[in-house]
Amino acid sequence: MSSHGIKDKVAIVGMGCTTFKEHWDKGADDLMIDATSEAFASAGIAKADVDAYWLGTAQSGMSGITLAAPLKLENKPVTRVENYCASGSEALRQAAYAVASGAYDVAMAVGVEKVKDSGYQGLNAFPIPNDGTARGLTAAAMFSLIVPAYAQRYGVDEDELKRVLAGIASKNHYNGARNPRAQFRKEMGVDAICNAPAVAGRLGVFDCAGVADGSAAAIVVRAEDAHRYTDKPLYIKALSFVAGNGSGVIDPGYDYTSFPEVEASARDAYAQAGITDPRHELAMAEVHDCFTPTELVLMEDLGFSDRGQAWKDEQAGVFDLVGELPVNPDGGLKSFGHPVGASGLRMHFENWLQLRGEAPEDRRILTTDGPSGRHLGLVHNLGGYPGEMVSFVSILGTELG
Amino acid sequence: MRGILGFAGYVPHHRLDRAAITAASGTNAGKGTRSVASYDEDTTTMAVEAGRLALRPLGEGARSLPGALWFSSTAPAYVDKTNATVVHAALRLDHEASAFDANGSVRSAVGALRSALRGNDTVLVVASDMRTGLPTSTDEREGGDAAAALLVGDGTDATPVLAEYLGGASVTEEFLDRWRTPGDVRSKQWEERFGEMEYVPLGQEAFKLALADTGVDAESIGQVVVAGTHSRAVRVTGAKVSAGTGGLAEDLAATVGNPGAAQPALLLAHALERASADEVVALVVLADGADVLLFRATEALDRHQPARLVGAQITAGRDDLRYLQFLSWNAMVTIEPPRRPEPARASSSAAARNEGWKYGLVGSRDRSSGALHLPPARVSFRGGAADDMEPVPMADALGTIVTYTIDRLAYSPSPPIVFAVVDFDEPTGGRLPVELTDVDAAEVAIGQRVEMTFRRLNRSDGIQNYFWKAKPVRTDPPAGTDDPQEDDQ
Repeated sequence: MSSHGIKDKVAIVGMGCTTFKEHWDKGADDLMIDATSEAFASAGIAKADVDAYWLGTAQSGMSGITLAAPLKLENKPVTRVENYCASGSEALRQAAYAVASGAYDVAMAVGVEKVKDSGYQGLNAFPIPNDGTARGLTAAAMFSLIVPAYAQRYGVDEDELKRVLAGIASKNHYNGARNPRAQFRKEMGVDAICNAPAVAGRLGVFDCAGVADGSAAAIVVRAEDAHRYTDKPLYIKALSFVAGNGSGVIDPGYDYTSFPEVEASARDAYAQAGITDPRHELAMAEVHDCFTPTELVLMEDLGFSDRGQAWKDEQAGVFDLVGELPVNPDGGLKSFGHPVGASGLRMHFENWLQLRGEAPEDRRILTTDGPSGRHLGLVHNLGGYPGEMVSFVSILGTELG
Repeated sequence: MRGILGFAGYVPHHRLDRAAITAASGTNAGKGTRSVASYDEDTTTMAVEAGRLALRPLGEGARSLPGALWFSSTAPAYVDKTNATVVHAALRLDHEASAFDANGSVRSAVGALRSALRGNDTVLVVASDMRTGLPTSTDEREGGDAAAALLVGDGTDATPVLAEYLGGASVTEEFLDRWRTPGDVRSKQWEERFGEMEYVPLGQEAFKLALADTGVDAESIGQVVVAGTHSRAVRVTGAKVSAGTGGLAEDLAATVGNPGAAQPALLLAHALERASADEVVALVVLADGADVLLFRATEALDRHQPARLVGAQITAGRDDLRYLQFLSWNAMVTIEPPRRPEPARASSSAAARNEGWKYGLVGSRDRSSGALHLPPARVSFRGGAADDMEPVPMADALGTIVTYTIDRLAYSPSPPIVFAVVDFDEPTGGRLPVELTDVDAAEVAIGQRVEMTFRRLNRSDGIQNYFWKAKPVRTDPPAGTDDPQEDDQ
């Protein structure tokens, strides 16, 4: 895979993010207005100053009119993008490339999902007419396939692995309890998580991300223009995306203990950003913890842990808020819920806060501190299932070069 | 020589213990069990399973033998639309083999069989039935769900006659003993004595005519199979016509129950599984008249290895089905559905495009890399070769569970969904993530052996959505497959 990347060519200069929760009193329009208003204010500009918009949503609306209508944009190009649960990140990727190309000076990426109007629990995909042979499993069931496979491959007792996974959820709940934008703001102990009702396979209710409505937005400009808008821009170091071809589902060589699409997108992103030792070069990572085994495997696919070691690193607290490499300091999907199109930009929003020193004291990461402090953050956002997924990785930083 | 070239019964995995009816209702429902089609089975899927079992011992070429397929049931999944075409597609019969339904009455099944025997084409005759009755009724406890398939034709060296058709007789009279209005869930019956008075003489008469037609005398008959929905008439007729013969064949009433239109072929298949060369088997069917068909087992029958014996399927079944579940599967009660969106109806045009996969479970193999694609693909995931694939039928492949999960949230007509990643044995190899059925969620394990089975995934807008699932291998592996692994079920 070769990509030139746009390292240090584009900067994020303003962001907004709504609270993520069951917004019974707000529709997608309200959420987009709230997130974009905060982003405009953050960059000190008005909607007319933005030259082009990209909107990521899985199924809360079609076409650019979904954003243009509520914001009453006038004669603006607005593109709706969809890439499963990575739709919000995809919007940012398109907006950043548009600015990097020179086509526009200022572009905005917006992500939104109004999930709670369906009348059903969980995320429910809009059905595309098909021959009726497609799998009808929930995402929880698909990701639960990792647990026995990982336990068997690395010789971990399944009950012990269950507690490791609960530890991941507990860590994210700890962080989310300190985040006013999060849906769930309660710490959860490992025992309570283990004792929750079963959903699929070994996964209980608290091994699964919640379901929430929400929206987030980012404004991007050319790097050289960034200081016109903010003293603390966040430079885009890498943007990588891989759409899997589904072969993992039917390839007997696939063993359900890794996500090859994630490995490939991480490799590409690290090459773009010039990172060789992510565990020690990154200050933090926001990753797609849709289910606890997902986060476990991601630690290995993103190169934070060696193969078969992530369960030990999790136990050792490596990825805790004050650990060697804080992962999901905002609480992750676990605490935020997962408004599909918004989640990717919510992950960037936490990098925006933490790397620029604006996170509140009680959940501030320490890896940025001091003269040898780190200044790079990572976002990982995926969609789909083991064997058949899309994976996005970005690297962000507060310094050029 | 003309007669039966292949035969098999299919008995679904589930049984209702009649004691479960007694426990729920307080009325004595008697002893034994009845067979119950699972929530994902209907008369079409059971017909497919019976057809597969009948053709499998005859080799891969067997699916090209039938010139016609006849399907009979009193409980067809569709009216207007032909059900036999689904069976035809799932069995991958030749495009030029015709497929017809003879549905509605119990008698239609023996009618299709008799016509096939008296014609000159090679015909696969499949009967499949699900017998319902109101809760606590006689039909509920004495009925059964099952299917059976008989391949009828002129023998060849490659496909010899297993049971020669010697001839028979048919007598017809119009009288109202049992009836059901289309769409109703129950049958009604006139006073029992009236039917007995009508049927017994008709059965005796037809039996006598059949002996005269064939020149066979009673003493040379080894087994007499008597089928019919009037159980008292069946019993009395059986006692009378079997006098002087080798005796009555088993009626499976204590295990399967009476599967209506499928009963004659199922009992005949079961009798043939126990017959040896030169034995004469008489089939007597009491249904709106009487039909008698006489067969003589050939030496080829002694060499014949059935794919799966009816008796083995009965033994392998489980009898712990809860009465409420039985009632809900038969739509006698409506239980709370899962709070998930119901599946959308399957697209007719997409299903037609993908007929080979959806009905025949035919994948494709990339000729250059050997990679197996399930479903079939045009471009290979290994090497990327385009449009260089050969079809690979997978329905008879055996596989092993690599990993699995139990989904307590997904929509299913009978939650939870048990789902596994299955790797198929060589020579096909390949992997399919697939739903399991006829399985207890607590018994699933990595390494478990599974086989494929044709089922109905769901139903929406009246459209039956058929596809394949996997189920644990519970009886002997199918003939012709070399299964190196012990089944631990």
